[in-house]
Amino acid sequence: MVFESLANRLQDTFNRLRGKGKLSESDVKEAMREVRLALLEADVNFKVVKDFVEKVRERAIGQEVLQSLTPGQHVIKIVNDELTELMGGSQAKLNISNKPPTVIMMVGLQGAGKTTHTGKLAKLLQKEKKKPLLVACDIYRPAAIKQLQVLGEQLQVPVFSLGDQVSPVEIARKGLEHAISYGHDYVLIDTAGRLHIDETLMDELRNIKEAVQPSEILLVVDAMTGQVAVEVAETFNNTLDVTGTILTKLDGDTRGGAALSIRAVTGTPIKYVGTGEKIDAIEPFHPDRMASRILGMGDVLTLIEKAQASIDQDKAMDLERKMRNADFTLEDFLDQLSQVKNLGPLDQILGMLPGMNKVKGMQNMNVDDKQINRIEAIIQSMTPAERREPKLIDSSRRKRIAKGSGMTVQDVNRLLKQFEEMQKMMKQFSGMAKKMKGKKGKKGLGGMKFPFLP
Amino acid sequence: MGFFSKFKEGLTKTRDALMGKVESLISFGRKIDEEFYEELEEALIMADVGVNTVMGIMDDLRSAAKKQKLTEAEELKPVLKQILVELMGEDKAELSTNRDGLTVILFVGVNGVGKTTTIGKLANQFKAEGKKVILAAGDTFRAGAIEQLEVWGQRAGVDVIKQGAGSDPAAVIFDGIQAAKARKADVLLCDTAGRLQNKANLMDELNKIYRVIRREMPEAPHETLLVLDATTGQNALSQAKLFGEATGVTGLVLTKLDGTAKGGIVIAIRKELEVPVKMVGLGEKIDDLQPFDPKDFVDALFAE
Ligand SMILES: Nc1nc2c(ncn2[C@@H]2O[C@H](COP(=O)(O)OP(=O)(O)OP(=O)(O)O)[C@@H](O)[C@H]2O)c(=O)[nH]1
Ligand SMILES: [Mg+2]
Repeated sequence: MVFESLANRLQDTFNRLRGKGKLSESDVKEAMREVRLALLEADVNFKVVKDFVEKVRERAIGQEVLQSLTPGQHVIKIVNDELTELMGGSQAKLNISNKPPTVIMMVGLQGAGKTTHTGKLAKLLQKEKKKPLLVACDIYRPAAIKQLQVLGEQLQVPVFSLGDQVSPVEIARKGLEHAISYGHDYVLIDTAGRLHIDETLMDELRNIKEAVQPSEILLVVDAMTGQVAVEVAETFNNTLDVTGTILTKLDGDTRGGAALSIRAVTGTPIKYVGTGEKIDAIEPFHPDRMASRILGMGDVLTLIEKAQASIDQDKAMDLERKMRNADFTLEDFLDQLSQVKNLGPLDQILGMLPGMNKVKGMQNMNVDDKQINRIEAIIQSMTPAERREPKLIDSSRRKRIAKGSGMTVQDVNRLLKQFEEMQKMMKQFSGMAKKMKGKKGKKGLGGMKFPFLP
Repeated sequence: MGFFSKFKEGLTKTRDALMGKVESLISFGRKIDEEFYEELEEALIMADVGVNTVMGIMDDLRSAAKKQKLTEAEELKPVLKQILVELMGEDKAELSTNRDGLTVILFVGVNGVGKTTTIGKLANQFKAEGKKVILAAGDTFRAGAIEQLEVWGQRAGVDVIKQGAGSDPAAVIFDGIQAAKARKADVLLCDTAGRLQNKANLMDELNKIYRVIRREMPEAPHETLLVLDATTGQNALSQAKLFGEATGVTGLVLTKLDGTAKGGIVIAIRKELEVPVKMVGLGEKIDDLQPFDPKDFVDALFAE
């Protein structure tokens, strides 16, 4: 899949970028190429990508690389921060009119999810003890009114309709009057889906806006939208001055780059996201989640964050030295385990390491946290001397350790065997590292700060 | 905010420049150079063709230009069109039908792409050809879906087989097949609820519908049409893949081509999954459905 190739490409870039103090122009350029592809594959508009990448490139050059990161990871971190910021804050708040009722108008292309989300908003308002009225202004699509009525029935929220023979502008106006006389504090206007280039229908929206003076005009956009998102958002925004966006169908497997495009052209917040067909499947928008989803490097990003937060720098460096010299002991191993445990579920951590899936045997390796606990228990039942010199551990000591840790002798045997293998592997790595050192500067093992677990 | 306003300004310009795209790009005695290739690439990406596919196309184009020793942009135009048309399959794709008996067509796709509307339009076409058509209201989930199909049934003047909202969709389709056989219908068009392709349980439900059809008529469905919204970006590839796995998709209907979206992702779908586009939706009216013509499609990719 696309994801896989992206992770691999990134991995290559990371490798090439490793071991420098400051981000050079060429480091950044290289990484930005991958970022550009990632964004395009996520359907971010071509032009938005171009501007964004240019801006980030300028910002990144010359920055000091964080100690815990490779330069490549550092670039990605900058990209992610920038993307999150661009996406705006979390703003799941609806504008309120100081002269109630508050009128909210839903607009967008056909099939985006306006009617469904009109219902979802009504449900949200209902939870806040508000009294919304739904107004059925889609007179074009067959049974659209019926759809809204069914939703209203489910929610026990009244629906105002004048059938499909009255103009939507008139329906909206009468709906508002109705809301005023019946004491509704919110009016949600469902409009028909339309193409942004349909001038007659865009005029109709303008006239509805004129007639009911909404406090909120929400552009409803399908998260799967491609390049055209920019043009659509721009036209709706120019015609109506939209106040926010609802991004729908985010429960799908789309990367959702349209979010960035829309945000960039309208400059208004994405207020909610739709996450399912059920009436309560609506959530506040989280810019950080969206950024990493679009970037498609969520795993790498999480790893960067976690590594930054919880790996003890000095210990990590010490460990790397030991790994290189292959004088890694069970004691170090124990130490490492507790650090790794701080990072979170182990199989996730391993899965996050770029390139880990390429290491033979790694895919089938079943690591769970219980296993770490067991390993810890075994090592903790050893004497310090045994931990440093596993060769000391003969069969009677094995029995003692098994008993002390509540494990079987076989378990102890397996651990010792695997540790031995690991040491062998490290020797190989250290051989590799020395070779690489000759070519590429100091950090031969680069990001490999985690031990290979049994 | 600075970024936004600057960007917006730039965007209008680019859009004007872009929409004219290749046509204008290619004329005016332009020479083939790097910048030219880049702009071409941009136009294809803007049409949602997708980066990977675009890169492949550009490679083909470059090597063709080299081989034929082309220097003028003008000469490259037919080459590019030929590459794209070949990718899409030269001929207009016909719907496969059962010549002596009932033809069953199953419609699948994500929410809101135009399944029900397309069924209405196609029912009307078959009816006009003198065929006896029946619709099966297999979307028992979305509010108002059955009523929507009924309106289309009335417009086309064909019968609709339905059960109540919330009933088992496979049972509705079963009823549809029995009714179509009993009434000696020529065509049965089966509507289904929109669903996202990553929802395993809903895809299982769709697969069950598919199996019920096969069980009742081993050679059916004669077509399983995946309806794709032309505004969809790269996710359409995942749609084609996963709906294909659940229901053996045999063709695509590309809807909403009356907007400005080009639907370029169908090129990637054709290339990677070999699923042809069979029809295109060009509006909301009953006669806004046309057979797919690869040449027109390719022309439209670069049209204003
Ligand atoms: N402009 C345009 N609109 C279309 C086209 N085809 C469908 N639509 C509109 O798109 C919207 C959704 O169409 P439906 O037919 O309800 O889509 P669906 O796939 O059946 O939707 P669900 O059953 O809700 O999943 C409606 O407003 C249609 O009128 C088309 O070719 N062009
Ligand atoms: Mg439908």
